[in-house]
Amino acid sequence: MADEPKAPQSPESPKPDSAGATSAPPAAPASAEAAPSPAVKPAAPARPAPPPPKPPVLMQIPLDNDLTKRYREQFGAAILDAVEDRKQPYLVIAAAQLAEIAQYSRDVEKFDLLEDYTAVDWPRREKRFDLIAILYSFPHNMRLRLKIPLADGETAASLVEIWPTANWLEREIFDMFGISFNGHPDMKRILLPEEWQGHPLRKDYDILQQDTAWVRENLGIESGQ
Amino acid sequence: MQDDAAQKQTLLGADELVLNMGPQHPSTHGVLRVKLKLDGERVRGTECVIGYLHRGVEKIAENRTYQQFAPYVDRMDYVAAVSNGLGYCEAVEKLLNVEAPPRAKVIRTIMTELQRIASHLIWLGTHALDIGALTPLFYCLREREEILKIFEKYCGARLTTHAFRIGGLQYEAYDSFEKDVERFCKDFERRIQEYVDLLTGNSIWIGRTRNVGVLNAEDCIALGASGPVLRASGVKWDLRKAQPYAAYDQYTFEIPVGTNGDTYDRYMVRMEEMRQSRLICLQAIENIPAGPILGKVGKVLKPPAGEIYHSIEAPKGILGYYIVSDGTTQPYRVRIRPPSFINLQALDKMARGHLVADVVAIIGTLDIVLGEVDR
Amino acid sequence: MHPNLHALLVFLQTWWVELVSAVVIVAVVPLITGYLVLMERKLMADMQARLGPMRVGPHGLLQPIADAVKLLIKEDIIPDNADKFVFWLAPVVSMTAALTSMGAIAFGPSFEVARDINVGLLFVIGVSSLGLFGIVLGGWASNSHYSIMGALRSTAQLVSYETAAGLALVSGLLLAGTLKIRAIVEAQQHFGVWFVFLAPVAFFIYVVASIAETNRAPFDLPEAESELVAGYMTEYSGFRWACYFLGEYANMIVVGAVATTLFLGGWLRPFPNVHWMNWLDALPALFTAAVGAYCVYRAGKQPARVQTWFMWGVALACFAVALILAVPLVVAPLKFMVPGLHGAFWFLLKISAYIYLFMWLRFTLPRYRFDQLMHLGWYILIPLAIMNVLGVGVAMILEMEYGWNRWLALVVTTAFTLAAALFLLRLNDKRVAAASSAAPPEAPSTEDSYAG
Repeated sequence: MADEPKAPQSPESPKPDSAGATSAPPAAPASAEAAPSPAVKPAAPARPAPPPPKPPVLMQIPLDNDLTKRYREQFGAAILDAVEDRKQPYLVIAAAQLAEIAQYSRDVEKFDLLEDYTAVDWPRREKRFDLIAILYSFPHNMRLRLKIPLADGETAASLVEIWPTANWLEREIFDMFGISFNGHPDMKRILLPEEWQGHPLRKDYDILQQDTAWVRENLGIESGQ
Repeated sequence: MQDDAAQKQTLLGADELVLNMGPQHPSTHGVLRVKLKLDGERVRGTECVIGYLHRGVEKIAENRTYQQFAPYVDRMDYVAAVSNGLGYCEAVEKLLNVEAPPRAKVIRTIMTELQRIASHLIWLGTHALDIGALTPLFYCLREREEILKIFEKYCGARLTTHAFRIGGLQYEAYDSFEKDVERFCKDFERRIQEYVDLLTGNSIWIGRTRNVGVLNAEDCIALGASGPVLRASGVKWDLRKAQPYAAYDQYTFEIPVGTNGDTYDRYMVRMEEMRQSRLICLQAIENIPAGPILGKVGKVLKPPAGEIYHSIEAPKGILGYYIVSDGTTQPYRVRIRPPSFINLQALDKMARGHLVADVVAIIGTLDIVLGEVDR
Repeated sequence: MHPNLHALLVFLQTWWVELVSAVVIVAVVPLITGYLVLMERKLMADMQARLGPMRVGPHGLLQPIADAVKLLIKEDIIPDNADKFVFWLAPVVSMTAALTSMGAIAFGPSFEVARDINVGLLFVIGVSSLGLFGIVLGGWASNSHYSIMGALRSTAQLVSYETAAGLALVSGLLLAGTLKIRAIVEAQQHFGVWFVFLAPVAFFIYVVASIAETNRAPFDLPEAESELVAGYMTEYSGFRWACYFLGEYANMIVVGAVATTLFLGGWLRPFPNVHWMNWLDALPALFTAAVGAYCVYRAGKQPARVQTWFMWGVALACFAVALILAVPLVVAPLKFMVPGLHGAFWFLLKISAYIYLFMWLRFTLPRYRFDQLMHLGWYILIPLAIMNVLGVGVAMILEMEYGWNRWLALVVTTAFTLAAALFLLRLNDKRVAAASSAAPPEAPSTEDSYAG
């Protein structure tokens, strides 16, 4: 079973081999999934991965439960995709409808807690950022993730009116990724100094990079010390 | 801007005073800067300036393997390192679709509950110190010392423990582990009574904490406040009961709830949480299952591409990990949902209308750790 | 002889006692105060399950010397825009007031420090309250937000609680009938009982008010480290800060002395006139001997040889003091020394107990917030003190004009005063409950309260 996917990657370094060998029994599909990836950086993992040849368990499966049906009824084309990854549902939605969908989620579907709000950077994609809103419903004891693809330079609607906790969360997204939110009362950096140039969590910001001008001016040292 | 003009109307027509509780201050529990806008002694608004302890942990995560990143996680909420480790290890385990063996789960539960007690002890000592009671701090540190000795015997470290591994545990529980935990728990009831004697009925304490920093349940949920802050406002919800993880579904414990959402209620909720943690520990050590401590994970971890969100009830609130994997040995994105960061947002709402002395009490009652706020 | 020289000699002849005592006060009291600080640190450590200073000298006994040397050699920092003269003057005023007021206190039947003036008590209270100027001037001269806020708070607190303290003292003075310190104690001897048993409410009010007077916890908000750094003392460092600190501890001693004199019987032993209690006269010697015996016992358990020797030294000193106290009791020609020596012992014991109570409260109780502090002073203590004065006055009239038994009269009026106190507290609770059910005043809601 493990032989078939091994063949195309035999010229590869022995590491994937040992990974497959040691973790064979419970993680056979894992190694099968992992096999092609060292060779090429995934271009679009937001889409559910194509089903591997013989896996007993799928990581991501398309989602079509009552909740998804209700959202699709309400918003139609704005719901771009619905997936369940490792038993956690998420909906991919269009950025234009973010405010309405958020309002609907809070008021009708009773997702009263915005547990987390963050972003992921996929630089090779056309819509490079993925805004991730993790919602939790106290009455239903259920979580839902909303993924909103955004292009570089595109702004999103602010969720502060709907969930006031989004205030600092959106400021942090702005600080780290450079995504601006319309309607935010206080759109400025939160963790980094206000004059800092650059948005560190973008993939093109190297880990050793710093705003050397700011560091030199304010700390009086050469960056990198 | 018209807000500023309206705001500047103070009682005597004087200018509004901006007092800076600067990054260096004995009571801000770390490097936190709070700009207080005062009218005399009344607070009209606060603005928190954070980021003094920002270390770019999320960026570092993208350049380390999953196992290499685990020690970094301890250094966020450095007062409760074991909880951070639990959340991270469980999140990666979910990503890998493996489960820790039962023995590992129970030992993890015991360690995490001990860490909850230790974290609350630090909170109690420093909170009481801010309000002026000098003695509870030393009593709390004396108890915490016992817990840290247990940690040291278990994994070699007291503060940033890196106690757990992805897939289970690395270290077997040492020989007298159950005995030590039992001895501590038996002793602890008497010690909690000492704190109660010093503070709970004390009219000065009640005067300083009753109706200070009130946050009702709606505002709590709207602001995302979680943990004891949420429970003190009347919401009987605990992630350990709502979506059990580790071995919590095997033990019975109560969820303490407050009524007013003021500082006194948060104090009572945390005191009761300490008692409940002690009960969980006592239940757990009675029956630690035998078996392996590490699940079947390889030396090289390459989770299949995808993402996961896993959260636990850390001592400070909901601690969440959102990890995106691209199939390589290094995570693509690690996002940490810090409870202190989100609870600190509530400071402005809670502090309005109070006096300067109350701001210190309110910051203390939120129980923030700047390592977690800034990451 | 040259007329100026003659005038000088006459001056010295009249005033030499006062001059010598002034020098003694200025020389000795800072040392005593330093050791009082050490005692506080050791007591605090004991109540907090730790040891306190142990390194400098045996059991930390040279710690005050080390602290003093350090403070003296510290760099003298003056803030940039501070008013230099006032900055220099403020701690001096504070310390001078505290030390001067010590001049009128009497430690024993013949041991007044400077002179037993006929308005002794008034002098002590009045001069010690001049220390307030030191606080206000210090806060102002420091040219800093924190300092001004601390100074204003402290001033308001001191003024309010001085009123209460003064009224409490008035009740005691009504019983004594005089302001002269020695005469007050003699009145207690004449009555045969300490005034604390005749006017307990007054004593209680005075205890509370004196804690607030000396800026001690739970009334130490002006110096609360966790809130305003150190309030009016923020900008003071080195020896200037030491002056303030010494002034505060000297104030503690003064306040303790006043309470002891007026309420606790000064240098009298318990039951001063009861003859069958004369065996109590042996207590000072026995107590000191017991301390010596304990030192001998502990000497065997010391880990290091030098510590053993030290304990033996302390034990010998204790036995020597016990001998000095015991000998006049036994040796007939020396009996005249008994009231003086034993009186000093009892006086010091009572002051120590009083100060121990101060320290104990500091380590146990949290701090009052400023508005709660002022409320306590004005709404509870002052009305209670006024009622107490009325009560004691009525009791004295009942005794003198109507021939009531003194004890009966005082018990009745104390009962009324206590009833009034309970009524006040009930009123206060109602007020607090009403204030808290009306939530804290909302700030004008134009501002978005969720904006970070």
